[in-house]
Amino acid sequence: MAETIARKARRLTTIDIFLWVVRIAAVVFILIGSVNSLTSGRLSAQQWRDLLVFGVAQGSVYALIALGYTMVYGVLRFINFAHGEVFMVGGMIGYVVSTPLSRTSLWTDQTILAMIIVLLAAVMASTSVAVLLERVAYRPLRGAPRLVPFITAIGASFFLQYAIAGLFGTGFKNYPAFPGLSGVFEFAGFRVLKTQAVVIGMALVAMGALYLFIERTRAGRAIRAVSEDQETARLMGINVDRTISTVFAVGGAMAGVAGVAYGIVFGQIYFLSGFVPGIKAFTAAVLGGIGNIGGAFVGGMTLGGVESIGPSLVLTGLGIPSSNQLKDVFAFITLVLVLIFRPTGILGERLSEERV
Amino acid sequence: MADVLERPATGAPPERSELPARPVSLRRAARVGAIGGVAAVFLSSIGMVENFDARELISRLSLGYFILVGLGLGMGYIGATPPPRLEGYATTRPGAPNLLAGAIVGLVGGALLALFVWFVSVVDVRDIFPNISPAMVELLTGARDLGPGLLLAFGWSLILCVVGGAMHLIPPRFRRSVFRALGWVVGVALLESLVTTTLERAQLGRLRDFLYEPVGALSYTGAAALGAIVIVVDQVLGRRRQTFRHRVAALPWPARKRLYVLGGAIGLMGLAGLPHLLGPFLTEVLNLVGIFMLMALGLNIVVGFAGLLDLGYVAFFAVGAYTTAALMSPHSPRFSPELPFWVALVPVLVMGVIAGVFIGTPVLRMRGDYLAIVTLGFGEITRLLFLSDWLRPYFGGAQGIIGVPSITIGPFELSSPLAFFYMIFGLAVLLAYASYALLNSRTGRSWIAMREDETVADAMGVNTVAAKLSAFAIGALFASFAGALFATKIHSVVPSSFTVEESILVLIIVIVGGIASVPGVAVGALALVGLPEVLREFEEYRFLVYGALLIFMMLKRPAGLIPSRRRAAELQEDEEAQDAWLKEATKADETARGEPS
Repeated sequence: MAETIARKARRLTTIDIFLWVVRIAAVVFILIGSVNSLTSGRLSAQQWRDLLVFGVAQGSVYALIALGYTMVYGVLRFINFAHGEVFMVGGMIGYVVSTPLSRTSLWTDQTILAMIIVLLAAVMASTSVAVLLERVAYRPLRGAPRLVPFITAIGASFFLQYAIAGLFGTGFKNYPAFPGLSGVFEFAGFRVLKTQAVVIGMALVAMGALYLFIERTRAGRAIRAVSEDQETARLMGINVDRTISTVFAVGGAMAGVAGVAYGIVFGQIYFLSGFVPGIKAFTAAVLGGIGNIGGAFVGGMTLGGVESIGPSLVLTGLGIPSSNQLKDVFAFITLVLVLIFRPTGILGERLSEERV
Repeated sequence: MADVLERPATGAPPERSELPARPVSLRRAARVGAIGGVAAVFLSSIGMVENFDARELISRLSLGYFILVGLGLGMGYIGATPPPRLEGYATTRPGAPNLLAGAIVGLVGGALLALFVWFVSVVDVRDIFPNISPAMVELLTGARDLGPGLLLAFGWSLILCVVGGAMHLIPPRFRRSVFRALGWVVGVALLESLVTTTLERAQLGRLRDFLYEPVGALSYTGAAALGAIVIVVDQVLGRRRQTFRHRVAALPWPARKRLYVLGGAIGLMGLAGLPHLLGPFLTEVLNLVGIFMLMALGLNIVVGFAGLLDLGYVAFFAVGAYTTAALMSPHSPRFSPELPFWVALVPVLVMGVIAGVFIGTPVLRMRGDYLAIVTLGFGEITRLLFLSDWLRPYFGGAQGIIGVPSITIGPFELSSPLAFFYMIFGLAVLLAYASYALLNSRTGRSWIAMREDETVADAMGVNTVAAKLSAFAIGALFASFAGALFATKIHSVVPSSFTVEESILVLIIVIVGGIASVPGVAVGALALVGLPEVLREFEEYRFLVYGALLIFMMLKRPAGLIPSRRRAAELQEDEEAQDAWLKEATKADETARGEPS
C-alpha cells in the first residue's frame, strides 16, 4: 500500500503538482468565500433567490448560443469563433425590426404576433449569416490544419462586428419595451420578472424544437450520422456538405432566438455585444460537454447560475470590493478551470487527447 | 474535353490567331456581378463612398468614387477570367467572350446598385442605417434626378466592367506591367502625405508640384508620367530581375554571404537615414510600428515557431507596461521607487517571464483551439483586473498610471521621436537576430519539431514541456520589453490599451507577414500598423479591413506575404500535400522566390 503511494508520488511531475496546487487553492478560496458570505448574512435568502433566477434567465441565453458551438464542434471538430457575432447579428436585427414595429398598433394589440415577427426576422438574419459564413470562410478550408479555419473565424468575427458597426452605427441600441412584460410574478417563493420568464420559455421551446429536429427528422438523423463518422456517412449516401450547412443554419437559428432573448433581458445591444457572451457560451458548451446537445443546456444553466451568484458569494466573501465588476473575470476563470481540469465537461463523452 | 485535348503543348507553339477563343463561363460572370453589386451596396451603406468624398485622389476623382471604380474594374476583370488552364494543354486566346462576360458582370452588378439607390431614395431608412443619407444617394446618382441618375449609375457599372473584362485582351507580358503601374499610381495617390513630406525633405519640391495638385490629389500628368515610367521600367527590368536572382543563387556561399552582409549594411544605413527623410510625425508612426514589431517578433516565436496559438498575448504587454509604470512613475499609487528605466527593466522582464510561465503551465496539456480560447481568457482576465476597483490602489483602475518618465541613457533623455527611433530599431534588429539565432538553436529545433507533430517530437526525445514553457517565456519576455518601451513612449498606461483587439492585431501582423517568418513580421507591422496611421481616412474601417484581410489571407495565401523558407519547405516535402490549401502555400512560396512555376 505504502509502496504504491510512493510509486505514484514518484510519477508525479512538477506540472501535476502545480495543477494540484491550483485545484486545491480554487476549492479553498471558494469554500472560504462562500462560508464568509453565508455566515455574514449580508444578502437575504430572497436576494439569493433573485440572483438564481437572473442566472437561469441569462443561462438560457448562453445555452441557446452554446448549441451553435456544440453542434458545429460535433460535426467539424472546430470552434466557430465567429458564432458570438452570429448571435449579435440576430439581436441587432431584432432591434431593427422591433423599433418601427413598436410604433404601430400591432405592438400593443397583438403583442405575441409582433414578438413572433421580431423573432422570425432575427432568426432569418442569423441563419443566413451563419450559412454564408460557412460557405465563404470555412468550406474552402475543409481538410486544412485545424488552426487555419479557426484563424479565419477570428477574421470573420472582426469583419462582422465592424460591418454591423458601419451599417447601424456604433452606439448602444435600446430595445423597445414589450407591452405586458413589465412586472413580476411569484412562483414557489421565487420572484420572476416577466421578461425573464418569457426568455426562459423561449429557450425551452427552441431547445425542445431542436431536440425533435435532431431526433425525429431525416435531416437530424443525417446530422447525427455525420458527427459520428463523416466518411462513413458520405459512403452511405448522405450529402455531407448540405448536412454541414444545415448544422450551421440550425445553430444560427438558435443564436437568432438568443439575440432577441438577450435584447429582452438586458434591454440593449451594440456591435460588440457578441464577443463576451460568445466566449461565455463557448465555456457553457465545454462545461456541459462539447459536441453534446443536452450538455449545452446543462452547461448554459450552470454557467449562468455561477456567474450570477459567484461574485457575490465567493468574491465578496473574500473581501474583494465591488465584486460585480469582476463578473466577467469570474466567468473567464471558470472557463480556464473547466478547460484545464475537465475539458470533457459534465456530460461529455471522453474525447481522446487528439480531439481536445 | 475533346477540344482541349486537341493540341498538346509539346509541339511547336501555335500561332496566336489559330488558338481557340477563351471559353468564359457566363454563369460565373453573373455570380461575380451579383457579388460585386452586393459589395458596392455594402460599401455605400457603411458610408465609405460618402465619407471619402472629400478626399480627392487623382485630380477630381474622389477616393469614394475611386473605390466604386476600382470595384467595377476589378469585378469585370475577375468575372471575365477564363477557367484555369491545365498544364500541358492548349492555351487559348482572349477575345469577345471576355467583353461579354464583363458586360454581364456590369449588368447584374449595376442592376443591383440601381435597385438599391432606387429603394433608399423612395423609402427613408436613415433611422436604422445612419450612413444611408441623401448625400450618399446624390453621390451615386451624380446629383441628377432619380431616373437619369439611376441610368447613370447603371451605365457606369456596365462601362467599367466591360473595360475590366477588356483588360484580358492586353497580352499577358504587358498586363502585369499595367497592373503594376496602376498599383503604383494608386499607392502614390493614397500615400500623398508620406510622399509629399519625403519629397520636401529631400529638397525635391518641384517634383512634388509636378506630381500633385495643390489640394493634394495626384494630377493627371503626374499620374500618366508615373504610370508610363513604371511600365517602361518593369518591361526593361522584368527579365533581368530574374537572371539577377538566379545569378545570386548560383554564387558560392562565401560570396553570397558577403553580398547579403553588404545588402544588410546598406539596408541598415538606409534605416538610419529614414527619420531625417520622414520628419517627426512619421517618425512617431515608425516608433509605434517598432513597438508592434517587437511584440510581433515575440508572438512569432510562440505561434510561428512553436505553433501555440496565443490569443491573450497582450497580457504580457500589459504586465510589462504596468510594471514599468509602477516602478518608474512618481504618480504610481501605492509604491513609487521612481527607478530609472534600465534598473526597472530587470524586474519588468522578470515579471514578464513569470507571467509567461504562469500562463504557460496550466495550458501545457492543451492543443490548438482550446489553447487559443484559454489564453484569450487569460488576456481578458488580466485587463479586467487592471481595470478593477479591487486593484485600483496598486494600478489606478480605469485612470491607469500617468507621468511615466522618458528613458535616459546617462545624461541623455530619449524624449525626441528621433532618439526613440534609433533605440527601438536597434532593439528590433537585435531581437530579430535573436529570433534567427533561437530558430537555429537546439531549442528552436525542438519548437519546430513540436509544431509539426507533438506526439512524434515527444517520442523522439524532445522535451515538449521545456519547449512549450520556453516558447511562452521568451514570447512574454519580448512582449513585456515592448510594453516597457510603450509605457515610456506614451508616458502613461491605461487598461483600454490592452484589449483583445491588440492581441489579435499582433496575431494578424504575424499571419499576414508570414507565419514563422522574421522579415514577414517587419513587413506585417509596417503594413498593418504603419499604413493605417498614414491612411487616416480609413481609421473608421480599420478593423473591418483587418477582418477581411485575415479571411482573404487564410483562403488565398496562408503562408503570408513573405513566407518562411523553412516552413514552406516543410509544406513542400509533405507527400500528402494534395489538398488545395497546401498547394496554395507552395505556390505562394514559388512566387516569393521568383521562380517560374
